[in-house]
Amino acid sequence: MYLSSIDRPHAAHPSRRRSLFHVSGNVFALGAVSLITDISSEMVTAVLPVYLMIGLHLSPAVYGVVDGTYTGATALLRLVGGYVADRTRRRKFIAGLGYGFSAVAKLGLPAAGNAVGVIGAVIAIDRTGKGLRTAPRDALITLSTPPQLYGRAFGVHRMMDTVGAFAGPLVALGILAATGQAYDAVFVASFCIAAFGVLVLVLFVRDRGGEQPSKGTVALSSLGGLLRIAPVRRLVLAACLAGMVTIGDGFVYLLLQRREDLSVGWFPLLAVGTNLSYLLLATPLGVLADKIGRQKVVLAGYTALMLVYLLLFGPFGGWPLLVVVLALYGLFYASTDGVLIALAGPVLPTGVRTTGIALIQTGQAMAYLVSSVLFGLAWTVWGPASAIRIAAVLVAVAVFAVALLLRGIPSTDADEEQPA
Amino acid sequence: MTRRIVLALVGAVVLAMVAVGYGVLTSAREHTTVAAANALSLVGPRIMFRSTAPDSKGHLALVAKDDPDGPRSVSALGCLRVYAAAGTGACLRQDGALTTFQIAILDRNLNVEKAIPLVGVPNRTRVSGDGRLVAWTVFVAGDSYNHGRFSTRAGLIDLRSDDMVDSLEFLSVTLDGHPYTAPDLNFWGITFAADDNLFYATMSTGGNRYLVEGDIAAKTVRTIAKNVECPSLSPDGTRIAFKSAIDGDPAKGWRLSVLDLASGTRTPLAEARSVDDQPAWLDANTIGYSIPRGTGDSDVWVVPADGSGSPRLLIPHAESPAALG
Repeated sequence: MYLSSIDRPHAAHPSRRRSLFHVSGNVFALGAVSLITDISSEMVTAVLPVYLMIGLHLSPAVYGVVDGTYTGATALLRLVGGYVADRTRRRKFIAGLGYGFSAVAKLGLPAAGNAVGVIGAVIAIDRTGKGLRTAPRDALITLSTPPQLYGRAFGVHRMMDTVGAFAGPLVALGILAATGQAYDAVFVASFCIAAFGVLVLVLFVRDRGGEQPSKGTVALSSLGGLLRIAPVRRLVLAACLAGMVTIGDGFVYLLLQRREDLSVGWFPLLAVGTNLSYLLLATPLGVLADKIGRQKVVLAGYTALMLVYLLLFGPFGGWPLLVVVLALYGLFYASTDGVLIALAGPVLPTGVRTTGIALIQTGQAMAYLVSSVLFGLAWTVWGPASAIRIAAVLVAVAVFAVALLLRGIPSTDADEEQPA
Repeated sequence: MTRRIVLALVGAVVLAMVAVGYGVLTSAREHTTVAAANALSLVGPRIMFRSTAPDSKGHLALVAKDDPDGPRSVSALGCLRVYAAAGTGACLRQDGALTTFQIAILDRNLNVEKAIPLVGVPNRTRVSGDGRLVAWTVFVAGDSYNHGRFSTRAGLIDLRSDDMVDSLEFLSVTLDGHPYTAPDLNFWGITFAADDNLFYATMSTGGNRYLVEGDIAAKTVRTIAKNVECPSLSPDGTRIAFKSAIDGDPAKGWRLSVLDLASGTRTPLAEARSVDDQPAWLDANTIGYSIPRGTGDSDVWVVPADGSGSPRLLIPHAESPAALG
């Protein structure tokens, strides 16, 4: 039996043409929470450097100190959060806790004054919140959606999320202009917006954890048990492998800027371009993934990444290169970020799904951290052109390896296959 | 359902009132009226600075060199960092929108002669002794896709030829005598030599910070010392005042020292507090710098450049000092 039975009738009638963005109420509510929260967090991200340097007179090196700490701890907390969410089956509560942490952190910033240690701690709380909420939220999306529509659900969710990321800096800008550069007004407004996000979560998101039949307690050994499921093991491995060949946006934009001799003024716009492509493609690619197979879309995404790397030192240049590279880079995100979790959903037993999602996301993040350090080293030793070509070759190898690893991953729910 | 919608609406209204109310309160607080003095000019003997006093916050201001505590002449010009030499001023300021800034080049009478857009938060600025070269450093971040890494960009312009170096990272780098490339090269804190070709700056890579000597015509920079940040060349060109991270760790703070270029001797100055600023030579034997007091306010202090004496408060509620004439 499928626990989200209210959504079943939609899936049972594929002949009824649904609109592109049709998802269950719960997914829409989670998307709205993400949208609102992203407005709040991107408002702060946009003004934080200005605040630290102009408002508090801290130097760039201090910014590094404030920012660089606690990265490992938050990765571990993500796993702990996933585990606790599964164990208590209160995914909404853990996600809400995560959203709440980040909301409170917004008030911590003006309260911290110019105490560097406190600012670092406040940012760590914000990160902790982000780490805590991601896996329970994604688990809730899968639990509120029929398995054959996971791709669409994640596509719509990621699109709404990115819309929030777009609006955030604009809202911050408006507040700064209206208040005569009062940074604390931005932080207070950001808190209010984040608090509204928590309110929407509390009021409109329904927890799916409590409705399922008990499958025995989720023990600490469930993490090991998860890895004993062959498709899960292959998925985690594939996620880590893919993370290892992703060099990071900073490097891609830096190479693009050097290649095109862009004035430094264009630098922030590169991320905007990628975001726009991501926003436009997330939903169509999610729907496509449901239709033709999620593996294919993920592999196409990594092929797009390989093309991005090759184009950075390829024969083309000028505006066409910029547009093509940013479009492909957004396509890479749109066809891998949500689709990978959509792919993982069906093979993760519902009882440990949050832990499984957290495991995949943590593995990917850790691999990504290692790869950016290694790419930095390769750049120093062999120069940027060789380093990026090596990266492209490695992506090609990874595409094949991931293709082998993901072959035969079922696209229907693991629980559903068992006799009910 | 309706009850939930009502609750959400009530929540939205209350939270919006909090946000707007706070915004209105702060904008009333931040509003400063400046009785700007007209006909100010960049002639000495005076000290130019950025005021952080409540009634003239953010404005370029001047005091007499022999009466730094005395009345200040406040310009209508708002800046985030200022510097001047030989009748050329540099004012790093906001350019309307959120993350766009510009460097305004000022003539002797504080008129804006030229404005160059900068991307990133203004951090340092310097003008060469004869007023021909102007340098700036900005700090680039605020992009969550960058995973928190920060970078700085330091550029310069020759006002006579209008030749510009967008960012020092495009020059050829020699580290410890060997050609060097790395993705994590960052430069900040340029200071110019008297010949309008050589300059000094900080370069960071691989977690280390170096003093580099650059050659504008040859488009090269080479490292000459380690753990030297925000250099400032003395008027006679023999010594460099700088800040260095305590035990090489920026988390522990910075100390001010003076490096003798010929001998390589480093003399720690009498200032025991952490100084996070590019020091300025206010005369041949005096180093000026700012020390923050609370949020958004700071004082300009001075200390002898030979390591003797003790720090002295020069101008309260001020930062970014530059000696004129």
